[in-house]
Amino acid sequence: MSARAILGRLLGVIPTLLITWTFVFGAMRLVPGDPVLLMLQGTPISDSAMEAARAKLGVDRPLVVQYASFLANAAVGDFGDSFRSRQPVTKLIAAEFPKTLELALGGFLVGVVLGTTLGVMAGVRPNGWVDTLCMTTALVGLSLPSFWIGMILIQVFATQLGWVPVLGSGWDALILPSITVGLFLAGGLARLTRNSIIEVMGQDYIRTARAKGLTTVRVVAKHAMRNAMIPPLTLLGIQFALLIGGAVVTETVFARPGIGKLLVQAVLEKDFPVVQGIVVLTTGVYVLINVLIDIAYGIIDPRVQE
Amino acid sequence: MSAAVSDAVLPRQPSFFTRLLGAPGAVIGTVVIVVVLGLAAFAPYLAPYDWNATSQCRRLAPLSAEHWFGCDLFGRDIFSRVIYGARFSLAMGLTTVAISLVFGALLGIVIAYGGGKVDRIGARVIDAMLCFPPIILAILIVAVLGVGLVNAALAVGISGIPRFARITRAATLTLVARDFVESARAVGATHTRIVLRHLLPNLAPILIVIATLDLGSAVLFTATLSFLGLGAQPPTPEWGAMLNAGREYVRYAPWTMIFPGLALFLTVMAVNLVGDRLSLILDPRQRDRS
Amino acid sequence: MSDAPLLDVRGLGISFLIGGGSVHATQDVSFSVQPGERVGIVGESGCGKTITGLSLLGLLPRATTHVAGQAMFEGENLVGLPLSRMRHVRGRKISMIFQEPMSALDPVFTIGQQIGETILTHFKVDKKQARERAIEALASVGIPSPARVHDSYPHQLSGGMRQRAMIAIALVCEPKLLIADEPTTALDVTIQAQIIDLLMELSAKQGTALLFITHDLGVIAETCTRMITMYAGQVVEDAPVDSALVRPRHPYTSGLLRSLPRLSARGAVLPSIAGRVPTLRDMPTGCRFAERCAHRQEACAAPQVIEPAGGHLVRCWRHGELVLPGALTDREAAA
Repeated sequence: MSARAILGRLLGVIPTLLITWTFVFGAMRLVPGDPVLLMLQGTPISDSAMEAARAKLGVDRPLVVQYASFLANAAVGDFGDSFRSRQPVTKLIAAEFPKTLELALGGFLVGVVLGTTLGVMAGVRPNGWVDTLCMTTALVGLSLPSFWIGMILIQVFATQLGWVPVLGSGWDALILPSITVGLFLAGGLARLTRNSIIEVMGQDYIRTARAKGLTTVRVVAKHAMRNAMIPPLTLLGIQFALLIGGAVVTETVFARPGIGKLLVQAVLEKDFPVVQGIVVLTTGVYVLINVLIDIAYGIIDPRVQE
Repeated sequence: MSAAVSDAVLPRQPSFFTRLLGAPGAVIGTVVIVVVLGLAAFAPYLAPYDWNATSQCRRLAPLSAEHWFGCDLFGRDIFSRVIYGARFSLAMGLTTVAISLVFGALLGIVIAYGGGKVDRIGARVIDAMLCFPPIILAILIVAVLGVGLVNAALAVGISGIPRFARITRAATLTLVARDFVESARAVGATHTRIVLRHLLPNLAPILIVIATLDLGSAVLFTATLSFLGLGAQPPTPEWGAMLNAGREYVRYAPWTMIFPGLALFLTVMAVNLVGDRLSLILDPRQRDRS
Repeated sequence: MSDAPLLDVRGLGISFLIGGGSVHATQDVSFSVQPGERVGIVGESGCGKTITGLSLLGLLPRATTHVAGQAMFEGENLVGLPLSRMRHVRGRKISMIFQEPMSALDPVFTIGQQIGETILTHFKVDKKQARERAIEALASVGIPSPARVHDSYPHQLSGGMRQRAMIAIALVCEPKLLIADEPTTALDVTIQAQIIDLLMELSAKQGTALLFITHDLGVIAETCTRMITMYAGQVVEDAPVDSALVRPRHPYTSGLLRSLPRLSARGAVLPSIAGRVPTLRDMPTGCRFAERCAHRQEACAAPQVIEPAGGHLVRCWRHGELVLPGALTDREAAA
């Protein structure tokens, strides 16, 4: 993929983000109640102080101006101060973001390895007992409430067996949360991979590869996998959304600090600048990841390069 | 060879229900769903205790002959609460899917049928809305509407609209390009008539498939919001909310979370099993992949 | 012709397991190929010629196929050969090329990678040597800039170039036998002729025997020395091409030859064979062609055996008395 095409993709993100952020802005205006009262969260205030606070928040300006300044601030990552801690939202997010990223990557790794393995094993010999076993496992993964399985994992492997810590900053504290996030991802990915492998295994080029004298392992690992990974890859963007969802829930279960926990807390405390900041940030990251996947797609499948 | 094989005598097409129950998984799923529906309908007769009566037993009492699933922090019978919880799971899932389906399909049809500029802008907006990870969109909506069971259901329902709209739009576009819509227009059919008589019947199978496949995750999704404290509030015996309440005492009383979670898992698994089978029967493209 | 055949197929019967039962796709197929010989298998689609080719390399789905009989190749029976042994036959001793080069080549690997992996599978060479041999192979199939094509993806090449690349992959290990399944059907007419010439030339140069599987009698008339006619899963005639073109012994071969546009007289109406091939499920016990045959008699309902007749092998009890028209008259053939 040429640099020009990549730049084109990146620029194409702008109108999309404009629409999503406009939606966020609109949603935030729909919150009932005066923003200043929300900010004060019950503390009494004099009329003059009220006016000053309104001016400081900028809510006394016309809606159009507020909208423009929201977009301008969002573009540079400024979301104002938290109602609760009075700290800049950006600072709060920046502090929690690495924790969530860590968890997302761990979950992604578990999900992709487990999902691909199950899918390939099922798809190479469809309708056999291995297939049934793998696909039932995948469906279990899709049906398990991640908060429930997370608690069970803690109960069994941390509390009872004591194999891994629940809290802490070491990599071993990341194992159980990653499995929790990864399980759900693996279920969907396994199903996609299976269908894709079945389709690819019936293609003529697989027959050619076998006719050349390659071992079965090579035929599957090289020709089938490379081709079969293309459709699941296009859906990886959606998978990433699941990853975010998984992280939000898992952080709460494991009492891990992170964006998800921050978000849930902010919603419960009506801390709207934080909610707004996190939503704007996650949509931005999500859109960016999808563009990156698009680009990766061009590298794996030479046919889309032109 | 293929021609010869297709000439072979094929068995007569069996009835819909025979085919639906043609796989062991679907049979198990159906049985579980029937049981859950039964629990929901007859909860007052089946539950041994009042779901909200405290001090029925010692706090966090373990499983016993009187209290099969043990007791929670307030000495309420967990078995009774799990039975009442059946009233929320499927009902919540069906409500949210109905919201997503009705509004998503409507939006998709209007955009695709409108064509031209309407379609271009509409498609763009749908794409942009799909950039919200569903859980983030749902949480945002809850933040605006406030926490609660109904609001959580609304949020999950709304967050599914873009997905349904996109699928409906794509399906409608291929239909609009087909001859029968052209000819209906040619004979002067009204737009409403074309949409109701020609488009909807053709869209129905794919919409049913998507809705069924979505139901399991919708049940899970609403329960997740309740678990996060954004949906059903205590003391509602909703399974997700029960898990949230039991979270602090897992170490001492694991039964407070095991049984509501198990009930939720079995329900979602059952819905997914039946959904898979249903999509296999209704969606011709899926058929050879069974 | 030398005494020991390169490939000797005896009583090959392929059946597919479908819904609890099984259908016989081919029955009692026997033929042999001498080293360096060019043999054509001709028949309508569904006659079993393609699966016969695939079965020789064990490329039919194992779970749903049963193959009976034997296929001796260099002292080994290819039928039921374990995969570990079959791997050393595939691509090294027997190669295969397919009808549609676009789908037969893997779209996500370069041509060079696809040739290279064949070389690396069968020879102990390093990657650099493999690259050299691959480029050599591409040059030998008449590709103008082999180094560039080596690094190209299949979708970047024309149909003719793709089939040349496919042939390069098949012949890079200098196999003893090349099975070509409709190698020209998907190509333009002008390209078809080039590919056929190329196959002839390479087979002569490397001494590779060719098993040409096609429904196109014209291709066989041009390339092969012997033709095997298949009908409804059976071999009905096996004869030298020159003799079969002039005087076929089986009514079906005759019918095929007479429906051939290129070899028949200009302006004449092409006679086609009326009726349909019987389905695999209700195959008659007697002659399978009888229902469509103009020379049918009551005795045709009895099972037919294949027997020698004037240098041919024919599965028709009336071969002695029938004088059937071919594609060419004796005079045309002499000219």
